Order: sequence, then structure tokens, then C-alpha cells
Amino acid sequence: MEGLKKTALFKCHEDQGGKIIDFQGWALPVQYEGIIPEHEAVREKAGIFDVSHMGEVEVVGEEASDFVQYLVTNDITVLEEQQVLYSFMCYEDGGVVDDLLVYKYSDKHYLLVINASNVEKDFNWIQKNGEQFDVEIKNISSEISEVALQGPMAQEILQQLTQEDLSEIKFFYFKEDIDIAGVKCIVSRTGYTGEDGFEIYTENNNITKIWEKIMDVGASKGLKPAGLGARDTLRFEATLPLYGNEISSEITPLEAGLGFFVKLNSDDFIGKEALVKQKEEGLKRKIVGFEMKKGIPRHGYEVYKGDEKIGFVTTGYFSPTLEKKIGLALIDIDQGQIGNQISIKVRNKMFDAEVISKRFYKKNYKK
Amino acid sequence: MKVLEGLLYSENHEWVRVEGNKAYLGITDYAQHALGDIVYIELPEEEEEFDAEDSICTIESVKAASDIYTPVSGTVVEINEDLEDDPGAVNADPYENWIVCIELSNNSELEELMSPEEYKEYCEKEE
Repeated sequence: MEGLKKTALFKCHEDQGGKIIDFQGWALPVQYEGIIPEHEAVREKAGIFDVSHMGEVEVVGEEASDFVQYLVTNDITVLEEQQVLYSFMCYEDGGVVDDLLVYKYSDKHYLLVINASNVEKDFNWIQKNGEQFDVEIKNISSEISEVALQGPMAQEILQQLTQEDLSEIKFFYFKEDIDIAGVKCIVSRTGYTGEDGFEIYTENNNITKIWEKIMDVGASKGLKPAGLGARDTLRFEATLPLYGNEISSEITPLEAGLGFFVKLNSDDFIGKEALVKQKEEGLKRKIVGFEMKKGIPRHGYEVYKGDEKIGFVTTGYFSPTLEKKIGLALIDIDQGQIGNQISIKVRNKMFDAEVISKRFYKKNYKK
Repeated sequence: MKVLEGLLYSENHEWVRVEGNKAYLGITDYAQHALGDIVYIELPEEEEEFDAEDSICTIESVKAASDIYTPVSGTVVEINEDLEDDPGAVNADPYENWIVCIELSNNSELEELMSPEEYKEYCEKEE
């Protein structure tokens, strides 16, 4: 694990028996006790994740609103102050640069939260496209740490550490300068698990205190530290996309079935023309859900109808919550109807699969 | 980490229990711990033949699929079908829950395997 970047919480992970892996150049725990118990803790009680590797880019200036609108596919004009929006940044051809959260402080101040693996690429992209706008763009990723507290008990646990009434932070809203255990934080009701919960941002040197205090008050309520393994199984069951799997420079948001976050009638944004054209001409492929009786699907496995290759698996697992062998696959659109019998190639053997609804797990958000 | 007396061990962290001309094969405590929660085991068919170092079955944890390589050559005479419904039994007790039973075709291969003491030392070096 030499040469890897470490988050400010690295020592906590070691102390708690985390199994450390190389995740996109970061030394992070894939699991502590095990993926399944951590996954179950988040579904039934609560789990805490170190997501300090995520990137943060600040956009400030007179034309901040115009610029962010030009940069992302969703309509940011509907955003109130202290509201958060999920969106994509696309290339001119409609492929995805990254998916991100847009935090709006004011018309002149936004925070963009981006994927760890894409920070450098994204920042260059944002800077390049920001040249024609009156904005200042700052990559503050290395100054900010972040934890995600997720699960039905999340609010009850976090409330013990703050005077702020957390029930007032609605789904996809945030508050800044919230005092958590004496530390100033940004707290948003957001997450990547399909459960209620919060994402908490603060300066690097304060994050250990936040982690430890949350663990202190949460342990008796069933809170567990959770690693990257459970983070992926949880987001998968909730059909939340992962960059590099369901979306990428080669897969547009429309093909991924995420057109809800692409507002083709909003002002001009990068990739709009290509996406409008793709929609008009009709999609040639799309992401569907499927279930297997035998074999476990994995990212990259090929999908067949008879002898013909029709696509590939974007994510697949033995689902811990549903206890089923399910996956998402990007396949030819005319093979995408529910009930269609397809095959997945697993280690050179064909296994039967059936196209099913991709709403595997009903999200438990507090709206 | 548990290492049981009376078994032979391979460098790939499988154990072998020899009974006459037959060998029961499983994975060690070290291996089950490294793999994490096992959710599926793809077993071979009875009467299938394998050479030493062939992949004899695949164990899938939540995160990934891992091949298990037989340290001995021979023909599969029995598979542990209970594992099809309860693969997690290998996590719970990796030595009780054997995976396949092989009729040995080359007994001299057993000499290549490690004793419990040697395997313990081997694992300490792997840490």
C-alpha cells in the first residue's frame, strides 16, 4: 500500500480492523467486519463511511449560475439556496464526464462534489469551460474531508451531537456552519445507499473527531463502520449509477435510463445537441435489470440472446438484501422488455437470465 | 487463524484430508478470511478429471469470483452438495465443510504439500 494517498481517517480504519485496498490511488477500507453485516447495518440501523476521497470544486462569481447551468445537464434554475441537485457533466457527444452533486449557496456561489477517480479530469474540464465566464474555480478537494452517515437511525444518532434541528434539513437540502460535536460542518441530507442519511463535510483536521463522536453515540444504536464493498452493494440495490459502470464517456445518461436528470428544454449546456439528437433518433441500447437462477453476474460479463452478443453487464452481485443474483446490463433496446430470456456468459459458460425491473430495492428516503 | 492437525496444505491455501486413495479438499481458515462472505460456490461435476493446479471450482464472495486450484490430480468422486444451498458454511467452518472429494491418480503429489507446522509458518510469512 506504499505510495497511496491516505485520508485523514486512515488511522481510524486501521484501528477498527479495516481491510485496506488500493481504490483509485487511495488507501481505503473495502470492509471491516464483512460486506454483508455492514450492508445490513445500513439497511436496518446505520453505517458510517469515509468518503473523504470525493472531490470538491468551488465555483464563485457574478456568472456562477450561468456557468454551472452550461456545465451540467440538469436544470439548476429550479434550485433554492441550500438545495442540492444530482446531475451530469457531459462531453459534446453526450458521453458523461462525471456525475456530481451541485450544492447551491447562492446565485454566485456553488459547490460541486465529484468522483474521486475523476477529480483531475473534471477540474481541467470545469476550468477549460469556465474561461468564457466571470467565475473563480477552485479545487478544494485536498482541504475537505467527508463522512456519510447512512441508515434509518442516522438522524437519531447525529441529533445527539448538535443543537440544530436536523429534521429541518429536508431530502437533498443542506446547511452550512452546523456545529457537530463542536466542529463546524456542512451537513446535507444526501447519500448513496437508498436509505435516509447525511453527508458531512469539514476540514481535514476535524474529521477524526466527527468520526469518533458519531461512533461513540451510535454504537449502542447498531451503527457500524462500513467500507467500499458495502457502499457498492448498497448503491447497486438502489439502482444508483456508478461512474465507469452504468455511465461513462461511452454511455450517455439517456442510455443509462437517467434522462430525469437531463433537462433537454433548459438553456444550452454542453452535450445538449447530441442528447437531443439521440432522443429524437431513438435509443439503440439501454440499461436493464436482470436476474439469474445460477451463477453470479459481474461487471464486464457479456450478454447474449441465443448466439448473438447483445451487450454487457455494468454491475452484478448476489444482492445481500434481496438474496438474489441480479445485475444491470447495457443491451440492445429491442431485447430490453421485461420477461425476455437472455444469457450471461460466466467464465465461458452460458447461464440463463431474465430481464426484470431494475427497481431492485425501494428507496427509503425521508422526503 | 486456525490450522488443523492431520491435514496437508497447499501454497494456494487449500487443505487435503487423505483417506486411503481418496482426498477430501477444502479451503483453509486463512483463505475463507481473505475471501470474505462466500455467497456462491460453483462446484465441478462428479467424474470430471483434473490435473494438479487446475481450477476445480470457483468461489464467489460478495465482491469477486476466485478460482480454487486443486493441489492433486484425479477424478471427482463426490461433491459437497450442501454448499449449493449454504455456501456460507465454508466461512463458518472451513475445515468441517469440504468442497470436493477426489480419487487420487498420483499419490506422490501429496509429498509436495505442507504439514500443519510448515503451513503455519508459510502463512506468517504471507502476512
